[in-house]
Amino acid sequence: MTMVQAIGAALHDAMEADDRVVVFGEDVGRQGGVFRVTDGLRSTFGKQRCFDTPLAESAIVGAAVGMAIRGFRPVPEIQFDGFTYPAFDQIVTHLAKYRSRTRGLVNMPVTLRVPSFGGIGSPEHHSESTETYWAHTAGLKVVVPSTPSDAYSLLRDSIELDDPVVFLEPKRRYWAREDVERGKRTEPIGKAAVRRAGDTVTVVTYGGLVVTALEAAAVAHDEHGWDLEIIDLRSLVPLDFDTVAASVVKTGRCVVLHEGPRTLGMGAELAARVQEELFWNLEAPVLRATGFDTPYPPARLESIWLPGVDRLLDTVERSLTYDHA
Amino acid sequence: MADLLIQGINLEPRQLLAPDGTTTPTAGLDLTALHDRLPAMYETMVATRELDEEFVNLQRQGQLALFPSCRGQEAAQVGCASALRDTDWLFPQYRELGAFLVRGIDPGGIGLAWRGTWHGGVGFIERCVGPISIAIGTHALHAVGAAMASTWLADGGVTVAFIGDGATSEGDVHEALNLAAVNQAPCIFYVQNNGWAISTPLTDQYRAPSLAHKAIGYGMPGVRVDGNDVAACYLVVAEAAERARRGAGPTLIEAVTYRLGPHTTSDDPTRYRSDEEVDAWEALDPIDRCRAYLLGSGLWDDSLEERARATAAALRTSLRDAVFDAPDGSVAELFDHVFVEPTPVLVAQRAELLAELGREV
Ligand SMILES: Cc1ncc(C[n+]2csc(CCOP(=O)(O)OP(=O)(O)O)c2C)c(N)n1
Ligand SMILES: [Mg+2]
Repeated sequence: MTMVQAIGAALHDAMEADDRVVVFGEDVGRQGGVFRVTDGLRSTFGKQRCFDTPLAESAIVGAAVGMAIRGFRPVPEIQFDGFTYPAFDQIVTHLAKYRSRTRGLVNMPVTLRVPSFGGIGSPEHHSESTETYWAHTAGLKVVVPSTPSDAYSLLRDSIELDDPVVFLEPKRRYWAREDVERGKRTEPIGKAAVRRAGDTVTVVTYGGLVVTALEAAAVAHDEHGWDLEIIDLRSLVPLDFDTVAASVVKTGRCVVLHEGPRTLGMGAELAARVQEELFWNLEAPVLRATGFDTPYPPARLESIWLPGVDRLLDTVERSLTYDHA
Repeated sequence: MADLLIQGINLEPRQLLAPDGTTTPTAGLDLTALHDRLPAMYETMVATRELDEEFVNLQRQGQLALFPSCRGQEAAQVGCASALRDTDWLFPQYRELGAFLVRGIDPGGIGLAWRGTWHGGVGFIERCVGPISIAIGTHALHAVGAAMASTWLADGGVTVAFIGDGATSEGDVHEALNLAAVNQAPCIFYVQNNGWAISTPLTDQYRAPSLAHKAIGYGMPGVRVDGNDVAACYLVVAEAAERARRGAGPTLIEAVTYRLGPHTTSDDPTRYRSDEEVDAWEALDPIDRCRAYLLGSGLWDDSLEERARATAAALRTSLRDAVFDAPDGSVAELFDHVFVEPTPVLVAQRAELLAELGREV
């Protein structure tokens, strides 16, 4: 099935398994979502468990907080990444902090699904990388699947978790296909996956760019004889630093790949952690292949703005040719 | 037209032209005063319809990434924008092609937004029109701030926020209405109620008797107008603009109309609405209605239709010329407009990307 279908299946199975799970957002009911992720949920589970909201993102998240307080497990959808901003206050001020504010008396089992990131030629505000806003906010878990079976499993795990999860779905992999075994869980949230083993350079990435990194690894192998180790983080909070560290100890070199702007992105955090904890294991500085510190470009320019195979391989080469002198 | 007053606001939209082009006497609105302006509005509505079709064609041909058609909403947009001065600021959502044409915005500059060449489009600000605004409802607050500035500058300007029925649910729109009322800002909130917000019908959007009724809670006049009647839209906006200019504050206008096309070229409306509903609104076509009135009132002559078609053809050509296989913008520009002076990081990143591209060619 496609990633869209895998996410839909996870929602269906979660709603079937637990009648406290409710799904809502803009156009998710009648239409089944603009990407058809929630297709069929309203007819299967009824209007109370899958419904269209008025066009109001702050309402969507704020109401989810209230539902969670009263024992429900809301799975709201924000239609696109750029429209989480009207809900920013509810996410940062309440969703993230309610548990702390109530001294642990009230959990926030809310999974906020957001079709995210760029690469599909969308209009303005439909291609944003928002992950660092959430990772920088204490109290939010941040999950980013890269494959259909992971999307299924991580979403089921997220919905069962008693903490709030911002679940960022890479739109450009929505139509990727894989055999997904319904009900089967892959690795839990907080475990990274080594998608390709190698000993030349560690490449750390997540979401839609995992495939890009694997493509680059094939080219690197065939054309240069480099064996890249590709790590898919799967969740940014919690961050599986142990898997990253084991790899960097082996390779001595690390490149972080992400779409969003370079300044204070996940690359910055990983570079800091790696040099703090693995300084003497490093053969070269941790380098970043990323987007730039500009607004996300218009569709016609996105392919040259986004980090692709070439930018990643350039960065890998810089790591390999780093001169100690 | 029967009055259906609820809390002092008429649920029956104000109307001057009935669907068959005959007139509906409505207190306080004088149709004859509009006679010299109607032919030009007709011409712009025809041009809007035809240019809209050209946008859709270009999207089908792969020249545009996306397009939100305004088919069916021409009267609401052209009537509103025609009642204003060229120096009055407009803050549109994204579907206001009719208003853009009234302002003389170059179709090519609009096309560049939908081709994906430059966000927001090109050539708007120069005409006192905000760029295309996709983040729903957010620009309503810009309209209020701009209107407050108009007062301070004593420029006699009126500012209009174009919002959809869906947009009225956003927090920013509530804040905008309240702020405008508190400051008695010379601002018009012009809601095009076109029946749908993507797949969400009005019944899931609000429970007020009408969107105009929301004005009561904010302390400003609310008016419902037939959004397929260009004359009524013009006169209702002219009235609100006159109030605003003399310092009597904002107005909330709900133009009742219909989105005949899909939400955008990516949308499939058969998933959520019936053909019968669409057919019923097709029969209320705003352009046919205006033509019928012009014919019946002796304002028509065949040269008007010829002129309208010629204007439309010229606009279609200029759109095609501007967007067909148009070159992409310069990637360097992405870095140049972030700040007045680029930061050192931006200068370095710009050079880095240009080097990456230079090596590829
Ligand atoms: C803040 C925000 N949330 C969601 C969207 C996605 N979206 C785009 S258009 C739309 C519906 C808008 O409906 P309405 O205001 O009635 O305008 P119309 O499209 O009918 O002209 C939605 C939900 C958006 N663009 N911005
Ligand atoms: Mg609408």
